[in-house]
Amino acid sequence: MFEAFDATVLARIQFAFTVSFHIIFPAFSIGLASYLTVLEALWLWKKDEVYLELFNFWKTIFAVAFGMGVVSGIVMSYQFGTNWSVFSDKAGPVIGPLMGYEVLTAFFLEAGFLGIMLFGMNRVGPRLHFLATAMVALGTLISATWILAANSWMQTPAGFSINEAGQFIPADWSAIIFNPSFPYRLTHMVLAAYLTTAFVVGACGAWHLLRKTAPRRAHTMFSMAMWMAAIVAPIQIFAGDLHGLNTLEHQPAKVMAMEGHYQSHEGGAPLILFGVPNPAEKRIEYAVEIPKLSSLILKHDLNAPLAGLDTIPDELHPPVSIIFWSFRVMVAIGFAMLGIGIWSLWCRYRRTLDTNAWLHRTAVLMGPAGFVAVLSGWITTEVGRQPYTIYGQLLTANSISPIEAPAVGFSLVAFIIVYFLVFGAGTFYILRLMGRLPRDPMPELEEGPLRTAGITPGPAHTKLHGDHHDL
Amino acid sequence: MTFDLPLIWAAIIAFAVLAYVILDGFDLGVGILFPLFPEKHDRDVMMNSVAPVWDGNETWLVLGGGGLMAVFPLAYATVLPALYAPIIAMLIGLIFRGVAFEYRWRTRRGEFLWNWAFAAGSTLAAFAQGLALGALVQGIPVEDRAYAGGWWDWLTPFSIVTGIAIVVGYGLLGATWLVMKTHGDLAERARRLAVRCCFATVAAMGIVSLWTPFLEPVYLERWFGWPTAIFSVIVPLLVLGCVYLLLKGIRDRRDVQPFIAALGLFVLGYIGIGISFYPYMVPASLTIWDAAAPDESLAFLLAGALVLVPIILAYTGYAYWVFRGKVDPEEGYH
Repeated sequence: MFEAFDATVLARIQFAFTVSFHIIFPAFSIGLASYLTVLEALWLWKKDEVYLELFNFWKTIFAVAFGMGVVSGIVMSYQFGTNWSVFSDKAGPVIGPLMGYEVLTAFFLEAGFLGIMLFGMNRVGPRLHFLATAMVALGTLISATWILAANSWMQTPAGFSINEAGQFIPADWSAIIFNPSFPYRLTHMVLAAYLTTAFVVGACGAWHLLRKTAPRRAHTMFSMAMWMAAIVAPIQIFAGDLHGLNTLEHQPAKVMAMEGHYQSHEGGAPLILFGVPNPAEKRIEYAVEIPKLSSLILKHDLNAPLAGLDTIPDELHPPVSIIFWSFRVMVAIGFAMLGIGIWSLWCRYRRTLDTNAWLHRTAVLMGPAGFVAVLSGWITTEVGRQPYTIYGQLLTANSISPIEAPAVGFSLVAFIIVYFLVFGAGTFYILRLMGRLPRDPMPELEEGPLRTAGITPGPAHTKLHGDHHDL
Repeated sequence: MTFDLPLIWAAIIAFAVLAYVILDGFDLGVGILFPLFPEKHDRDVMMNSVAPVWDGNETWLVLGGGGLMAVFPLAYATVLPALYAPIIAMLIGLIFRGVAFEYRWRTRRGEFLWNWAFAAGSTLAAFAQGLALGALVQGIPVEDRAYAGGWWDWLTPFSIVTGIAIVVGYGLLGATWLVMKTHGDLAERARRLAVRCCFATVAAMGIVSLWTPFLEPVYLERWFGWPTAIFSVIVPLLVLGCVYLLLKGIRDRRDVQPFIAALGLFVLGYIGIGISFYPYMVPASLTIWDAAAPDESLAFLLAGALVLVPIILAYTGYAYWVFRGKVDPEEGYH
């Protein structure tokens, strides 16, 4: 059975595995860095200690996540060379400078100011410290910009020519960077990062509201996160729809696979809500579908004809089953997020945002949903690009290093073991940090009557927090 | 007037790799020396002495990799498959030691695990870098734009010696860094270690230097042919000068001088390798110009690098300045 695992398959599994782990951390740190900047700005502006407490609480979590992002990112920057050397040789002249700019404009910025952000409050003062936090946040956003430019170029290549050695030669850098899918992809990813973080912060706030620990801090976290969900989730669904239309224009086979359209539809295509793709017979079994809706969504016309995978040679089909499912998971989570956002608005209107336990429980359950959605989205777009690494230009099978399967297999096993050990431990520490009380910077200042029980709304600051902050 | 863009980029990449070697060199060195300091308090101080800067130091490695792909894609695409195993080993070492900076403070029961991860990860990363360096110096066969050697070519007696040399050398950087950044008993022991590491480093440099010219006819010609043989005299003399300043700095109980002298040793060793390599990017196979990306790529990234690298150096310098002086054991955000 092992003959099926040739070097290309193993290298693809290795790339998928390492990049999937890696994407978790940027998705979290992009959102969290911006959140930290907002918290510190609110503290400087309103002089309310609750924001500083939250800042310090999330700062330590950010540090752990950022460390994991750094080390898994270093792996990515070398994997192009180890496993995909032909791709690197050919696409390096275009992709390389984009990644070079990422390092020069983003990585150094984040790394240079991260030390000051984590360790420097007493050495540089609050204003310079705020600048450091803002620089770290800016770095995460710039980093996303370059990586999305590089990835989008691989999806919708533009602005290049090909030389006699088969290398992609840059002809027009603005066409390369601002390639057709870049604006949609960048918007969709940054919004996804913000939503992902909002649901983690919201889950943490909801958890502490349920446990009735640190109510004021928990309220602030939960309320901020729910505003984010209510405002950003609908924007994200809108942005995702635009991204889908863009994909239909430039990568139609991907959309056919997402929608499960094996066959062309002459007079309006149905939207397949659920079903089980059968790749052997090229059809969707047990399909639950709404007639004509797919044409309406994609073409804004009920009766518009829609081409299916039958218009594309078999060997150029992306793997339908994976994309069909991952796309539905992403969309379902997006709408669930929208639902929670609307529910939270209703609770706010009824003044039960801090007391509706069912909302809090749901928010806790939805804590990791953003990560699942981000991963599903990336699977949809990356697997949907197959069988190409550079869409329409370079096949995946022609991108691999001249390497033997055992070498890739051995390193794959090593990465799997190491990643589960190291990132498993990291996830455990982050969960434990989130379960603790948000720290008090100056517990001795918190004077006030002791809270009697959970029901009586006590004063915002109580002696209890100071005693328990380091459980 | 035209610029020789590949040559300019070779110089920039060389600078980035040197920056990486000396910066991550000392923080990897702190990890390498970790087992020799069993006290928890000492280890906390050692960790805190590099915690605010290690991430920035390691970014130079990402620039080395990402930059190489951008400006010398063919070198990147042939060297990395050739050094497959040492690179994977280095990455795994860097993963363990990188996360240890945060994890170690988050657990009491598991602390020994992350101490171990920090020490072993640092040592493994350093040794793998030395192996990779040795394998590169030995030469990498390239045919038809691809690596044309076997999967174990990187493992030779020579590459093992360079591996050990890098571990010892980083240990020296780490020891002199600790002399500069710590007080009392810890600094005392770092001084004694610095002296030992210094002798070991110079011995290793000597062995590698004497061995190198016999690996490739090109190197032999370079070191013993005229006029480049001048370097064969000057470089070892400067090395002895650095050793003198280092040992004198330790004896006179100076804080900064030993570290500067250790950096000098590394810079000289690096220049020595550079002299051997030029004009090759991948020794004996690809010159700087063979491996270079088209000028369109080189010019585009150069425009940014000329503006951004000075800015990076400025704020990196600022970050080091903010954390200047001895480590205060009471400080840290944990």
